[in-house]
Amino acid sequence: MNQTENKTTNIVFRVRRFDPAKDREPYFEDFTVPVSNGMPVLDGLWWIKEHVDPTLAWRASCRMGVCGACAMLINNRPGLACTTQILNVADKVLLLAPLPNFDIIRDLVPDLQPMMESHRKQMPWIVRDDEEEMLMPTDQYWQSHEDLDKYLQFSYCIKCGACMAACPVVATDSLFPGPQPLTQGYRYLVDSRDGAFKERKKILSSELGPWSCHYAGECSAVCPKGVDPARAIQLMKRELVLDYLRLNKRRYKKAAGLLPPEKRKGRREGIPEPPPFTVEGAASIRPPDRT
Amino acid sequence: MPEKRTYPNRLGLNGWVFGGRWGVERYLFILHRLTGLGLITYLLMHIVVTASRALGAEWWDRSIGAVTGPIFTFGEFLVVAGFAFHAANGLRLVLIEMGWLTGKAEEPIYPYKTSLNVQRPFMIVMMALAAVLIVMGGVDIFAAH
Amino acid sequence: MRMPHTKLWSWHIIASVVLLVLLGLHIAIMHLNDILNLAGFNPYGANPIDWENVAFRTKQLSFTIIYILVLAAGLFHGLYGTQTILFELNPSPRVRNWITGLFLIMGIGLLVLGTWAAIAGRTTALALTR
Repeated sequence: MNQTENKTTNIVFRVRRFDPAKDREPYFEDFTVPVSNGMPVLDGLWWIKEHVDPTLAWRASCRMGVCGACAMLINNRPGLACTTQILNVADKVLLLAPLPNFDIIRDLVPDLQPMMESHRKQMPWIVRDDEEEMLMPTDQYWQSHEDLDKYLQFSYCIKCGACMAACPVVATDSLFPGPQPLTQGYRYLVDSRDGAFKERKKILSSELGPWSCHYAGECSAVCPKGVDPARAIQLMKRELVLDYLRLNKRRYKKAAGLLPPEKRKGRREGIPEPPPFTVEGAASIRPPDRT
Repeated sequence: MPEKRTYPNRLGLNGWVFGGRWGVERYLFILHRLTGLGLITYLLMHIVVTASRALGAEWWDRSIGAVTGPIFTFGEFLVVAGFAFHAANGLRLVLIEMGWLTGKAEEPIYPYKTSLNVQRPFMIVMMALAAVLIVMGGVDIFAAH
Repeated sequence: MRMPHTKLWSWHIIASVVLLVLLGLHIAIMHLNDILNLAGFNPYGANPIDWENVAFRTKQLSFTIIYILVLAAGLFHGLYGTQTILFELNPSPRVRNWITGLFLIMGIGLLVLGTWAAIAGRTTALALTR
């Protein structure tokens, strides 16, 4: 199709609606939307809101594929509404539904809270024991390019939830953490600045671990940022099994220290002292155990 | 604050078998489970039937006689076919889940290449091998006896 | 048990590799006999389940050991795999305990039966061919 043509095609948006105040069950509603070349699904939804039905609800924010708010089921495949062009995936009917495996709050809005809680249980933060340095940093921690490459890919996660919707194990097993939390768990497991391998290992040797993943691979297929959660989970299994069989040395590795002395620049002059803590217990570095 | 009333939306068993726009690996996962269940069911019966060899030729012939017939022959073929698939796919899964076929973490550059791309050639080879073994097993069971 | 899931899964994988080799051998003896010409394992004619062929294998110590290994690995791999599938359907902790208990009893029971059959079978086969 000529990219400069301004032709519009009428596409039927078949949207799964649910209003908790009025409906007992979700149902499908059709809207006919004039779609032009290059129009993403999100623009189609805005058109419906402006011209047909202002009560249609969905989440969206950045409209450019970096915030992860607009993840939904587009023609039975999880994806971002802002980066999916309508005419690429539909020629007559476009099926829209909220992400499966999450409770529906309303229309296309899923309840992502369980994923966030599951994420927190994986301890997605650096844990170290040099409290003084972490409170009053004097210099950078030393991390080589190879160290960074080990986890950089997995730090691009935007927490959209598409991988959780695609996973067949999340579909039945409510105890399985899911691809997103496990990928973040792995991202911190192999971060050379983290010193808590022993604690993480213990947590991951339970239902909170990757053991119910069987590499259906759908999470990686649908991830809009190329994070490849399936890879992270298999690499996590590798770390844990090799450690159990005493075949890797991660248990003996210390958390990365500061830059070597000749490279240090030191704390810059004139940085003001931090204000006194106003919240009790804030002086402790390790976040409170909220599991 | 009004009480939040949400609608449950977990896919359940449909999430295992839902067809349509999923990749090959998703179907291989389901087939792996089905063949696995078939094989363990067979194994439990097989142990009991073949234990009769400890009691001598007469008991052995009696047990084998009880499981002879066209339905059993076809069932045997299903077991061999199931094992061929489960073993070939299982080898692929062991290599992937131990990190040898996943590829290293790399900066994602669009269009994204994932671990699925890394293991796909090996998956094709394994499925071809499974097909060959199933045919060989079929020839042996149906044609040679 | 410290690190239960990691341990169980690691042994699941180890058992699968054992099965790949040894069970593959068993299937080859039983079903690829004519095509691959494995007459060394079936010297008494083409049918691997004729008593003569069975006795020939059963009386050899190497086969006794292989069969016991295959039995243990197969029972563990299969029953643990089935348990994984069932647990993914979200049973309550009580049902989980029942499933684990049932599979443990079945697994150990059949392991004992199969080991007895392998050893007693060897004795029987040796006695008959002397």
